Amino acid sequence: MRNNIELELVSLTKRYGATVAVDAISYHFSAGTYACLLGPSGCGKSSTLRMIAGHEMVSDGAIIVGGRNISNLPPAKRGTAMMFQNYALFPHLTVLDNVAFSLAMKGVDQKTRRARALELLELVDMTLMADRLPAQLSGGQQQRAALARALITKPDILLLDEPLSALDPFLRVRMRAELKKLQRELGITFVHVTHGQDEALALADEIVVMNNAKIEQAGKTRVVFDAPNTAFVARFLGSHNVVSMPEGMVAVRSDALKVTNDKSAKLPGTITNIEYQGTHVAVTASIANEQEVTALLSDKDFFGNPKELGEVVGLDWEASAAHALAS
Amino acid sequence: MPTESISGKMKNSNLTGWALASPLMLVLLVFLVAPIIMIVVVSFWGATEWSIYPAFLFDNYEFLLTSDVTYRVFLNTFKYAFITWVCTLLIGFTVAYFLAFHIRTLTWQIALFLLCTIPFLTSNIIRMISWIPFLGRNGIANSTLISMGVIEEPLEWLLFSDFSVILAFVHLYTLFMVVPIFNTMMRIDKSLIEASVDAGATGWQTLWHVIIPLTKPGIMIGTIFVVALVMGDFITVRFMSGSQSANMGRLIQNDIALLQYPSASATAVILLITVLILIGTLLRFVDIRKEL
Repeated sequence: MRNNIELELVSLTKRYGATVAVDAISYHFSAGTYACLLGPSGCGKSSTLRMIAGHEMVSDGAIIVGGRNISNLPPAKRGTAMMFQNYALFPHLTVLDNVAFSLAMKGVDQKTRRARALELLELVDMTLMADRLPAQLSGGQQQRAALARALITKPDILLLDEPLSALDPFLRVRMRAELKKLQRELGITFVHVTHGQDEALALADEIVVMNNAKIEQAGKTRVVFDAPNTAFVARFLGSHNVVSMPEGMVAVRSDALKVTNDKSAKLPGTITNIEYQGTHVAVTASIANEQEVTALLSDKDFFGNPKELGEVVGLDWEASAAHALAS
Repeated sequence: MPTESISGKMKNSNLTGWALASPLMLVLLVFLVAPIIMIVVVSFWGATEWSIYPAFLFDNYEFLLTSDVTYRVFLNTFKYAFITWVCTLLIGFTVAYFLAFHIRTLTWQIALFLLCTIPFLTSNIIRMISWIPFLGRNGIANSTLISMGVIEEPLEWLLFSDFSVILAFVHLYTLFMVVPIFNTMMRIDKSLIEASVDAGATGWQTLWHVIIPLTKPGIMIGTIFVVALVMGDFITVRFMSGSQSANMGRLIQNDIALLQYPSASATAVILLITVLILIGTLLRFVDIRKEL
């Protein structure tokens, strides 16, 4: 099923007047990957996606899909399809007509396009909703309809602009599992823009962390998470402590941090907060220079040797658990 | 006890509701409902050459509905309304489209929109009459065309013709089309247009399959304004046709000038019913409630 069409960004730049929204970013997405563009709002991730989709002009650089420069092609000729943040379903058309819209524009006859649209609705489990108007659908159903509409063009690359942000937390977790499943079945590349690190970690094969119009770090999700290059990446992905040590800044994962009474520990600290999280207990301690670190202990470890608020403890980690950061 | 106090409160809020609605109701009763009832009543009265008298007669209606003049004038009224509607719709839609989708900044949208309303700072009559020196036999239009060598003789149909009547109507009422259409267009989510382009629609396809269907309520409101205004007009027709054409308004005006109030009332009632049926039919096609 997996297709072999690759997406490559070559020093892609977007300028709005004097401001640079995307600053010469380059990245190669492997074929059939689920990629997440992750970053805070205003980091340029949405502009990047909209440039790939063709809804924003490229100021400089190129977008290569399957070896062909698509930077100046109209959106429908790029082999990409976009799913919009608010789904952008046509309010005056039924779900079926929404899904069949692109076929209708191509002049496909009604019988064929209805049959094809029903196939797509079947894929996203929306057959029963075919005759409803978008206003009569729940958020999750609207998303499925939007997915079906984007996929009917048989895109090589599906672009998703914060697809889960309009959903409530419970539905978000369910829909992200469905997105992932769909991507696996279709074998096409998904490029998904999000500002939620948990969403990105849960979905992405490849993750592109952006900040200030630049790519801060990109690569296989686990590689990025295990070895963040910069303090920004470590903080943004979460579950990391950024600690300033004599040898420079290091990142230590919360679950690699040990809380001991040992005097020979690397850092002394005072416990400021203890948060019970069910399977885990998060212990926050303040250390020198008004820094805070959080250790994630399993409930067994914590309650085997409980600590009190205000207790002075030692914080320790294996030398291999610390990653030096480039400032 | 609690149930009693709740029902007491309900009664209270009911009363407040009526009290709040009563000023508007009073105004509408006195200035809208009462005059219409009066007109309906008078339309059944009788008239001689020198007097009118209270009665319940169908003479006025009988005369009106059996006269062949009525039907010709009616037809003319519809003709004016229809042609004016087509012209104002085309111009109004184009202007609104330009303002809503081609002007990028809100400041410029507001500035250009206000520019459209500037002609409305002068009175209707003055704007209408100012066409006369322009379109007249020796007016600016004719003399320019002659000096350019396009025509040899002045064009007779420029002024005091159906052309000049409709031109004045379009000039006077296009803004009533622009405003509601612009208003509806501004509410169209721009990502819908991107979604349409993303699906491979051309500019015309997007216009036809996305923008026009979503603009329908605005078109409908503009249509109601323009049709009601043109059907009820008498002064534009009188001035711009040089009293050579007539519509229903002119018929009523003539009757009033001759103090034939019962006959004028009957014509007014027929006109009112026609316009109401027309608007009622239009509203069956498009739901404008969400625009209000």
